[in-house]
Amino acid sequence: MTYEVPVAPGESGEIETSVEVAGGTWQMWEVFVRARRGVSHVHIGSLHAPDSETALQNARDVYTRRGEGVSVWVVPSSEIRSLEPDEAADYYEANEKVYRAATAYDIPDEVGKM
Amino acid sequence: MTPEQRFQEIVDAEDKIEPTDWMPDAYRQTLIRQIAQHAHSEIIGMQPEGSWIGRAPSLHRKAILMAKVQDEAGHGLYLYSAAETLGVRRDELQELLHQGKHKYSSIFNYPTLNWADIGTIGWLVDGAAITNQVMLTRCSYGPYARGMVRICKEESFHQRQGYELLMRLCQGTPEQKALAQDALDRWWWPSLMMFGPHDTESTHTEQSMAWKIKRVSNDELRQQFVDMTVPQADYLGLRIPDPELRWNEERGHHDFGEIDWDEFWAVVKGDGPLNRERIAHKAEAWREGEWVREAALAHAEKQAARGAA
Repeated sequence: MTYEVPVAPGESGEIETSVEVAGGTWQMWEVFVRARRGVSHVHIGSLHAPDSETALQNARDVYTRRGEGVSVWVVPSSEIRSLEPDEAADYYEANEKVYRAATAYDIPDEVGKM
Repeated sequence: MTPEQRFQEIVDAEDKIEPTDWMPDAYRQTLIRQIAQHAHSEIIGMQPEGSWIGRAPSLHRKAILMAKVQDEAGHGLYLYSAAETLGVRRDELQELLHQGKHKYSSIFNYPTLNWADIGTIGWLVDGAAITNQVMLTRCSYGPYARGMVRICKEESFHQRQGYELLMRLCQGTPEQKALAQDALDRWWWPSLMMFGPHDTESTHTEQSMAWKIKRVSNDELRQQFVDMTVPQADYLGLRIPDPELRWNEERGHHDFGEIDWDEFWAVVKGDGPLNRERIAHKAEAWREGEWVREAALAHAEKQAARGAA
């Protein structure tokens, strides 16, 4: 429980999740961090910022307060094109092509490690 | 296989549900409610401690406290980021908080009256939070579970700095030790309340367990917390304000007294010592920052227009 608030007797457990907000909004950015030299940038979360410079500053404050990264990328979330879930199925269900796996080939032990 | 069966199969296999996966509406709504309340709690949680930054007794303690309060802001932001993967917007969730339509953890509606409260919050409140959040690192929703991993690493600093602060006070003058005892007297029961109603009174628990959003029951977590905390209080030489607290050899756990449930529900319903002040302060801070947000946006638009020209 802890940070989840229990539903008081006589109150509803449903909450509103949308409301009109006044004023302009800062766009969303996806944040990628390279944890150390030798590894790729990894997606770590998102944040809001008016421009890329502020997005980088915010990314530093939000995601790398303890030296978690040696490099940071920020990308507008709206610029990320991703597969739709039903398109993605074609990718992860392609496992019937067993001949693509190294383990599909029997090599005699006397050949040595291969 | 129906989408619902596929969903439950992923959950049962201890695999994670990711944002673009099909999920039952009620699962999505439960998560939005829980993650939003969690995020709001982190943000409101900056207030009780923030009020002591200017009064911290040394530069060292001030630096620690500022780092901790900044972490709470960061935790709130990781959580809003996780909530946004479910199709809601951070500014709208925040507006709902300002309008009093969203709740946050009751613990932050209690005042911080003396310096020892800062240590006690780290020790007990962050300690209770860790007990809960370690469980949530195994939650079935990927973005929430990942956020919890980051948060748990930082909470450990929060708890240890708090306990160390209390150790210093308890090894100090009798007046300093009395401050620590006073803080424990006031924070003990609200900390136990953080775990929520008894399992028998808790709504939605069964469904949340089946969905693996919640992995351990309220009473089990509360027991874990008491068992962990009693020896820590002993080490400090402080007395936990519960005459019924004793080790039960047979159960292998501590027995402890009953929470004041009338107080518990009063605070949940908005009648705690500081419910109104906390929200008013948050909404005011947001309003005061409006010109900064607008100016930053105007600057960004101008720069973009120049770049395009």
